[in-house]
Amino acid sequence: MLTLSRTEVRTANRVTPRRLPGVDGVWVAIGADSVIFAILFATFMQARLHNPAVFEASRHTLNMNLGGIDTLILLTSSWSVALGIQALKRDLIDRAPRYLLGGVLTGLMFMVSKSIEYFEKFAKGIAPATNDFFMWYFTLTGIHLLHVVFGTSLLTYLWVRSRRRAYSSLHRVVPECVASYWHLVDLLWIMIFPLLYLQRAV
Amino acid sequence: MPVLRERVTMVWLGLMVLTCVTTWGLSKDLFSPAVAVVGIFVIAAVKVSYVMLDFMELRNAPIPVRVAFQAWPVVVAVMILGFWFATPALV
Repeated sequence: MLTLSRTEVRTANRVTPRRLPGVDGVWVAIGADSVIFAILFATFMQARLHNPAVFEASRHTLNMNLGGIDTLILLTSSWSVALGIQALKRDLIDRAPRYLLGGVLTGLMFMVSKSIEYFEKFAKGIAPATNDFFMWYFTLTGIHLLHVVFGTSLLTYLWVRSRRRAYSSLHRVVPECVASYWHLVDLLWIMIFPLLYLQRAV
Repeated sequence: MPVLRERVTMVWLGLMVLTCVTTWGLSKDLFSPAVAVVGIFVIAAVKVSYVMLDFMELRNAPIPVRVAFQAWPVVVAVMILGFWFATPALV
């Protein structure tokens, strides 16, 4: 009969099997999206290389404070959703909806903030056709905003379902997929913000 | 589940502080452009890395997947900084 020492039992209990949250397909999509954004960032930098003066002058018209606040909003959103997943893992089923609602509300806050920023630009007569920088500004922030809208819709669906106690530690594949996507939205903004708003010229 | 004791909460606090440092600190004219831009993108890569490890739970992912995803912030930051240093100075 196999007998284990106390140390072996403790070690065996501590080791958690390595796994990806959700399903593998979501990670393929997340990886592909990340690569596409990396290519967009490189193309933006190449455009900047040929016209640094226009990019620097245009950057100064952006609302850096609003961009920074947007970053804080999305980080808080990601944190709230991560807490929601932790709650599900521990079968704290009543707590998960409030954390997911936090994710939804912060997602909506980001949309409002971006709308204010776009409105400011349009009011000043700035549009994608203004110059290369603004073409990139509206493209990168616009594609990212579509990700935010899609993610917030998914989080709303999760929130509604979690209120009906549809998820638990044994049924959390869908919440994990949505949460992973939402964290992607967060990390993309973490790079887009300095790229557009903070990148000073020499 | 005390929220304050959760690892994700510590990570979130750290990320919030780093965001304030880059947005309202490094972006000011106190530093040379090269120091500011390198600092800003290194911090951005570190932030992305922590989002991946702790929010996306890649800390416990299979090693090859973790390595592949962790390469993204490094490659992106190096690429951006490479272009930045190659860009001619404003006259």
